Amino acid sequence: MLKAITLLLLFQLAGEAIALFFALPIPGPVIGMGLLFATLALRGGPSPELRHTAQNLLQHLSLLFVPAGVGVMLHIQRIADEWLPIVVALIASTFAAIIVTSLVLRVLHVREEKRA
Amino acid sequence: MTPHGQSFGEIWVYLSTSPLLGLTLTLLAYQGAVWINQRCGGHPLANPVLLAVISLVLLLWATGTPYGTYFDGAQFVHFLLGPATVALAIPLYAQFDRLKRMAGPLLVALLAGSLTAALTAVLLGKLLGASDATLISLAPKSVTTPIAMGIAERLGGLPSLTAVLVILTGILGAVGAQWLYALMKCRDPAVQGFAMGVASHGIGTARAFQIGEQAGAFSALAMGLNGLLTAVLLPMLLPRLMEWLR
Repeated sequence: MLKAITLLLLFQLAGEAIALFFALPIPGPVIGMGLLFATLALRGGPSPELRHTAQNLLQHLSLLFVPAGVGVMLHIQRIADEWLPIVVALIASTFAAIIVTSLVLRVLHVREEKRA
Repeated sequence: MTPHGQSFGEIWVYLSTSPLLGLTLTLLAYQGAVWINQRCGGHPLANPVLLAVISLVLLLWATGTPYGTYFDGAQFVHFLLGPATVALAIPLYAQFDRLKRMAGPLLVALLAGSLTAALTAVLLGKLLGASDATLISLAPKSVTTPIAMGIAERLGGLPSLTAVLVILTGILGAVGAQWLYALMKCRDPAVQGFAMGVASHGIGTARAFQIGEQAGAFSALAMGLNGLLTAVLLPMLLPRLMEWLR
C-alpha cells in the first residue's frame, strides 16, 4: 500500500516536472499516467500490490471531483444570467459527443472485424 | 453542563475555520450520496457527485461559509485526483491487447467526438447569446479538470467557471450515457466506455467503471487521449472560431 502510493506520487512528480520543463499544456498527472503505462508495458504488468491500491483509489474516483464541483457556488450569478445558453450547450454537446463517438467507433470497428 | 466549556457558537466559530470540518463534511456528504444512490438501485440521476455537491452547496450557503474556507479542508480530497489519474494506467494496461487491435477506429472516433463536444458547445452557446468569456470557458468542458482549466486560462476564459462546467458535463454524461446507449442499442462495453471518456472525462470514467472493468479502462484511455488532443487542437482552432463568430 505504502510502496504503491509512493510509486504513484513519483510518477505524478515526474509528469509534473516534464510538463514544467517542456512548458507543455498537458497536466503532469496525465503525463505520469502515460509514463506508468509505458513502464507497465515494458515490465509486463503491475505488482499485485499496485493493482490492489489502484483499485481502491479508483473505486472512489467520483469522490475526488466533489470539492471542485462545490465551486459552482462561486459562479451562481453568471450561471443565473446565462443559464439558457449554458444549459443547452452543455446538454446538447455532451450527448452529441457521446452519440458521435460511439457511432463512429461502432461503424469502424464492425467493419474491421468483418475484414479480419 | 460545560464547566470550562465554550458556548456552541464559539465551538462552531473555531471548527468552521479548521480544515477538519471541510474534509469531514466532504466525506460524509459523499457517503450519504452513495447510500442514496444505492437506495435508488444505482439510478444514473441519483449521481453521487451531483447529490454530494448539491448538499454541500446548500449547507455552506445556509451557514454562510465561504468556498475558500471549505476548500481548505476539501483540498486533501482534491489532491488525490493527481495520483488517481496516474493510477488509471493500471486498468488501461489490462486492456492493452484490445486497445492495440482497435487503435485505428479509436483514434478516428476520438477526433470526431472531441471536435463535436467543443464545436457544438461553442456554436449553441453563441446562438443563444452567451458572452465571449462563457463561450471560451465552455469550449474545453469535455476534458479533465486540470487540462480544461489550463486551456481556458490560456485562451482568455475563466478557469474556475470552466472547472464547474467540466463537472456539470461529467455529471450529464454519467447520467445520460446509459439512456442514450439504450436508445442506440449500443451494447459493447468498450464502445460505451470510450464514448463516455471522450464526452465526460473522469466522472464519465467513474460511471463507466460501474458498468465494468473493460468499459472503465476504455473510458480512462479516452479521457487521457481527449485531454492530449484538446490541449493541442483547441488553442489552434478556438481563436479562429471566435473571430469567425464575431
